[in-house]
Amino acid sequence: MDAVLKYLPQMLEGAVTTIEITVVSVAIGLVMAVPLALLRVSKNPLLWMPAYGYIFYFRGTPLLVQIFLIYYGSGQFREELQMLGLWGFFHEAWFCAVLSLTLTTAGYTAEILRGAIRSVPHGEVEAARACGMSHWLLYRRIILPKAFRLALPAYSNEVVFLFQATSLVSIISLMDLTGVARVIAARSFAIYELYITAGVIYLIITYGILFVFKKVEFRLTGHLRDREHVEVTADGAVIR
Amino acid sequence: MLDLRGYGWMLWEGVQLTLLVGVCALMVAIAMGMIGAWGKLAHNPVARLAAGTYTTVIRGVPELLLLLIVYYGTPTLIQDVATGLGYDIIIDVNPFIAGVATLGFIYGAFSTEVFRGAILAVPKGQIEAAYAAGMSRSQMVRRILLPQVWRFALPGLGNVWMVLMKATALISVIQLPELMRNAYLGAGNTKLPFTFYFAASLIYLGITIVSMLGQQRIEAWARRGVREA
Repeated sequence: MDAVLKYLPQMLEGAVTTIEITVVSVAIGLVMAVPLALLRVSKNPLLWMPAYGYIFYFRGTPLLVQIFLIYYGSGQFREELQMLGLWGFFHEAWFCAVLSLTLTTAGYTAEILRGAIRSVPHGEVEAARACGMSHWLLYRRIILPKAFRLALPAYSNEVVFLFQATSLVSIISLMDLTGVARVIAARSFAIYELYITAGVIYLIITYGILFVFKKVEFRLTGHLRDREHVEVTADGAVIR
Repeated sequence: MLDLRGYGWMLWEGVQLTLLVGVCALMVAIAMGMIGAWGKLAHNPVARLAAGTYTTVIRGVPELLLLLIVYYGTPTLIQDVATGLGYDIIIDVNPFIAGVATLGFIYGAFSTEVFRGAILAVPKGQIEAAYAAGMSRSQMVRRILLPQVWRFALPGLGNVWMVLMKATALISVIQLPELMRNAYLGAGNTKLPFTFYFAASLIYLGITIVSMLGQQRIEAWARRGVREA
């Protein structure tokens, strides 16, 4: 227990790194996922096939392989990357970790968005067309806002999965929460105490993320809930 | 296209171990999932609490950390307890067993939700009818519930298998010579990391594709005799 209290500040620092990596990957991944999902639902095979290939590859292979492919694999192209001036990035474990997490979450999120876009009621699309909306206006005003709302529950799971997947970056030497726990456990011999403490911190943050998503979902679906029952009497008083 | 410099057999041996770990872990997961689902739907509050805690904790803690806890943490915990009781023992966990146990335990939580949904999908009237016809509880479970639960659970279990199969790559961290570990060794020996990891990723992709096709066939087989909507 002493070891846990002694090393808690360092573990919380690791947790901050974990959150940083999660936030950066989730944000960039979401920005990438929207065009990817739009390409995926396109009817033109030149557009949907590459998007399908991308999504299939990143969903069908383990994240650890992708991290190693980028972090160690880039070494095979060192000269080419040096020529392009990109070697500095690929030499950094942080960059490689965020890059692979971003590419993965973009694939998973695009697939979630594709499902959501498909489940926008056809009547709404027809109504928008009947109002004379152009293709892009239709996507911007009707399909995408609705799809984001429909995708939210599945997307919250994806964010939680990505948050937990960040623990893999400790394998390529980054000092995230798992990385800190591994290093201190090896030094202090308080192995299970430290790992369990790390687990509790992960648990708290995971349910924190889910709580925030529940709140956001509640806000966004206000118009779908039953209205509060309100009666107004003859003299204008409101009875709830 | 991919020149593996004579290390291809190592990847092949790795694939075999990956599949073996995956299948063993899946069996543990299915067993854990059935116990978990029974706990979640039980009237007994202790069973409900235990099953709820199980799925909550597994959902909140990363797989890698659980693997480290099982592989490095459990032996020291048992040794510490034994020392406290006056025994001096040294425990070494086999990486294969640690990997199967951890993955089975983790994906058992996911299968718990799958089985719970599948049990609830069986119409209640059928269960009542079974009791009304004079069946005992075990007869009802065996004749009415389980045959249908399997069919409802198959799509979910297929997903569990595909995620689990990819998660076996994590066991390379505790040096089990499965596909990922052997790709790592091959990459180190040949200094061709991209080639080896790319080959490994294509093999995982191949396993995913075969699993998807297999899942479709099994689901079609399970649906035989069921009228489609």
